[in-house]
Amino acid sequence: MSREPAVTPELAREHGLTEDEYATALKAIGRTPSFPELGVLSVMWSEHCSYKSSRVHLKRLPTKGPRVIHGPGENAGVVDIGDGWAVVFKMESHNHPSFIEPYQGAGTGVGGILRDVFTMGARPVAVMDSLRFGEPSHPRTPGLLRGVVAGIAGYGNAFGVPTVGGEVQFDSAYNGNILVNAFALGLCRSDRLFLGQAKGVGNPILYVGARTGRDGIHGATMASAEFEEGEEAERPTVQVGDPFMEKLLLEGCLEIFAAGVLEGIQDMGAAGLTSSTVEMASRAGNGVELWLDRLPRRAKHLTPYEILLSESQERMIMVARAGEEQRVLDICAKWDLDAQVVGRVTDTGRFVVRATPGYDPLSGAPWPDDPPVVVDLPVDLLTDAAPVYTRPCVEDSRLTDRYGVDATGLAFDPRSDLLELLSAPNVGSRAWIYRQYDHIVRDGTMVRPGAGDAAVVRLYCEDERGRREKLIAMSSDCNGRFCELDPRTGAAMAVAEACRNLACVGAAPIGLTDCLNFGNPQRPEIMAQFRDAIDGIADACKALGVPVVSGNVSLYNETTEQGGPRAVLPTPTIGAVGLFEKVSDVVGAGFRTAGDHVFVLGPRGDDRLGGSEWLTRRTGRVCGRPPSIDLAAEAALQSLLVRAAREGLLASAHDCAEGGLLVALAEACILGQSGAVLSLPAEYAVTPGGLFGEDPSRVVVSVTPYVLELFSRRVAEAGVPCAFLGRVGGASLSLEGVASWGLDEMREAHASALDDIVGR
Amino acid sequence: MRAVVIQFPGSNADFDALHTLRDVVGVETSYVFHKTPTLPAGTDLVVLPGGFSYGDYLRCGAIARFAPVMADVRRHVERGGLLLGICNGFQILTEAGLLPGALTRNAHLRFECRDVLVRVDADGPFTQDLRGRVLRLPIAHAEGRYQADEATLQSLESKSLVAFRYVPAAAPDARLPANPNGSLHDIAGLYGGPRRNVLGLMPHPERMAEPILGGTDGRLLFHSAVRAALAR
Repeated sequence: MSREPAVTPELAREHGLTEDEYATALKAIGRTPSFPELGVLSVMWSEHCSYKSSRVHLKRLPTKGPRVIHGPGENAGVVDIGDGWAVVFKMESHNHPSFIEPYQGAGTGVGGILRDVFTMGARPVAVMDSLRFGEPSHPRTPGLLRGVVAGIAGYGNAFGVPTVGGEVQFDSAYNGNILVNAFALGLCRSDRLFLGQAKGVGNPILYVGARTGRDGIHGATMASAEFEEGEEAERPTVQVGDPFMEKLLLEGCLEIFAAGVLEGIQDMGAAGLTSSTVEMASRAGNGVELWLDRLPRRAKHLTPYEILLSESQERMIMVARAGEEQRVLDICAKWDLDAQVVGRVTDTGRFVVRATPGYDPLSGAPWPDDPPVVVDLPVDLLTDAAPVYTRPCVEDSRLTDRYGVDATGLAFDPRSDLLELLSAPNVGSRAWIYRQYDHIVRDGTMVRPGAGDAAVVRLYCEDERGRREKLIAMSSDCNGRFCELDPRTGAAMAVAEACRNLACVGAAPIGLTDCLNFGNPQRPEIMAQFRDAIDGIADACKALGVPVVSGNVSLYNETTEQGGPRAVLPTPTIGAVGLFEKVSDVVGAGFRTAGDHVFVLGPRGDDRLGGSEWLTRRTGRVCGRPPSIDLAAEAALQSLLVRAAREGLLASAHDCAEGGLLVALAEACILGQSGAVLSLPAEYAVTPGGLFGEDPSRVVVSVTPYVLELFSRRVAEAGVPCAFLGRVGGASLSLEGVASWGLDEMREAHASALDDIVGR
Repeated sequence: MRAVVIQFPGSNADFDALHTLRDVVGVETSYVFHKTPTLPAGTDLVVLPGGFSYGDYLRCGAIARFAPVMADVRRHVERGGLLLGICNGFQILTEAGLLPGALTRNAHLRFECRDVLVRVDADGPFTQDLRGRVLRLPIAHAEGRYQADEATLQSLESKSLVAFRYVPAAAPDARLPANPNGSLHDIAGLYGGPRRNVLGLMPHPERMAEPILGGTDGRLLFHSAVRAALAR
């Protein structure tokens, strides 16, 4: 065993603890901490584990609702879908590891979020990925995109969960700090949930899954600091994934759950063994004692410090009922999983770790008797008493300077601009990405990626009462450009768009998860963005009646460049989940039948171009006054869409998003392989703002003539503005007095969107 | 009729096969764990499902052929029982020597998931009365490029053992080649076994067997297998 360094204030600082934090710790412990204790303190008090900068703001999010079974605080949120079944879902970031090592970073991001879901007793049935890369021409973008997509595919495909949706955006603000946010959703019986609690004094603590190595040590601390140049030196802190092990772990866990012998379970994610056992003890109000000599390991001569901080993947901690250890061990043997009793639940309220100096079980020697204590800290010091900061917030005074952009002199040609936008990496087809994901495994994917505004998945609910099918929709969204220009409105728009996508396919939202990606919280202008984005999410959640049930915060997403720090666009990614009443409610995004009437539903908007793809392309920067959103109008629109879908009144529905109204019309043509003969309503001007402005709350629908009267009645009842555009038909999109585009040229433009980055 | 779906560690389309056989086609179907030494008595159809058996470590399907259950699967084939290998199951069949040739990395080196068109090119228990028909089925694999030496290919052709071949659409899309992986002779599936009772194919018929999943062409194979089992 290597000699441990002496713990000094300087070493504490190197571990990311501030002078004040270290002083607080010294006072609470009453002595100088041991080296492993310092490691434990540093990870538990890191931003990643403690949410010390964000906690005061997160409290403002609405988290309650009639369907919510478990909100934030558990491993994932749980929402009732009726008949004794529930969905479990969450989104999490794996940004820094994915930038350093894209394949493993993205893959283990998927692996981590899958474990968060199945640790609650649910079988994962769908994954989405929300990705942000630097500008397409940046030299690192192609390699990062290829690596991240291959990593997600490599993990999810082998594990056997369909990757059904997601989004990707390119912007120079992500050049030095990409975002990889992974969402997972699982299905379980609402009366068979498992929580991360170390309940029952004297109960055994079991370690199950992959053996511990040195990978990922201090990953949580890395995720809590901004990047410096030469970040490749961080490579040893990136975890390496094994989806095969994870699949075995899933099947083993599900069988152990069914055996009814567990009191609690938690996956070893960030800060590994330490964080999982401390959090379980904290939730149950108990203590834990761990015996590291017994811990399954793959590397020789691991020190207690390394074992406690390792982030080796595919590992679970379980608390079984006393006397049921063997049942757990037997099931693990069936699935070829390593498992070992490594501790017990105590009533001391302390986190105690025992390890024999110099002992390594890989030597073959038996466990020594009575190993000495190497860590003895109060559980609440590591959790509830962790520092919480109300950091200063100051809005960036230069922000509104960007609003004053004169668009009148910019080149504008509706015909070529539409084709340019359709082929833009931020707008066109993502087929190169989603074809690498198995998006159909488990026989549930009803609306595949690219085929609709949201993914639709059939859930197969089978228990002793029989078999039942449920249908859900899911979507992930966020336009960081709007959030940059107006954090509160931009964040509200992200929630609105995610839920609008659900409404477009015919589903009513039942819950949200968020993944909040921001820069350095110690900069007041970043903290102001964060504060305002939380308020925006809360505004929209209240207006739309949908709760936030889980989430994740990722701060320090910035790089140091010449001229100072550069943060990513504030990116509060929203993952929304909706429920259908019946299969016939599902609505596609493409035009279907010649002769159907085409309308645009929703408020007219104010044609502001700020943050739009068109303006960003023309000016080369994120600028302009961003659109506003009327949340009451948004709610009325979404209710109307869901009602009309349930009554079978919609042939198609498609949201106006990046590229605005004209792109939405073109996409409806491409998806439906049908043209349309349209004219702009009088209130729309043939201007960049009118055609390509990205005002929210607008949806292009087509309606079969037979139900026009019923449709019009519902529209009038809802009080939603509705403008007639024309009819579906022909082999081109024709906009009277403006231009006409052939289906083939639109399809080819759309299909070519990623060609310049990844090749044809 | 009775069907079983073998669960290797890492199988992940086991549910897809069980669901389609049991819930869509109405066949009594159960899982058999890879450590089980014998198949249930009266088994008519054995399915080796898609997935990543043993993590696809070493080579796809290379370790699964040593699983304890495989000895009885071979006896089942020798008795004339039906054996269907889908995707990873096809890879296992070639590694086990139950079908000739090998499935290697796709020519473009990426995992690919999309619908393809395949033409039924041979008669057999899984394709009764379907010869010449073009089916739309999904693929989802990274190693589906069929390769064999020239003599083997000639033998497969002359014995009419090529069950499925990738074929172009009426309106071809240059971005989506008809042959998605570079397979020789556009081979998507093969018959083998003493009575053409073994079928291996890369596309997933069990994922295209219900209208809400986008089509029902895959169901035809299972209906054919039921007919064959009933006729025995």
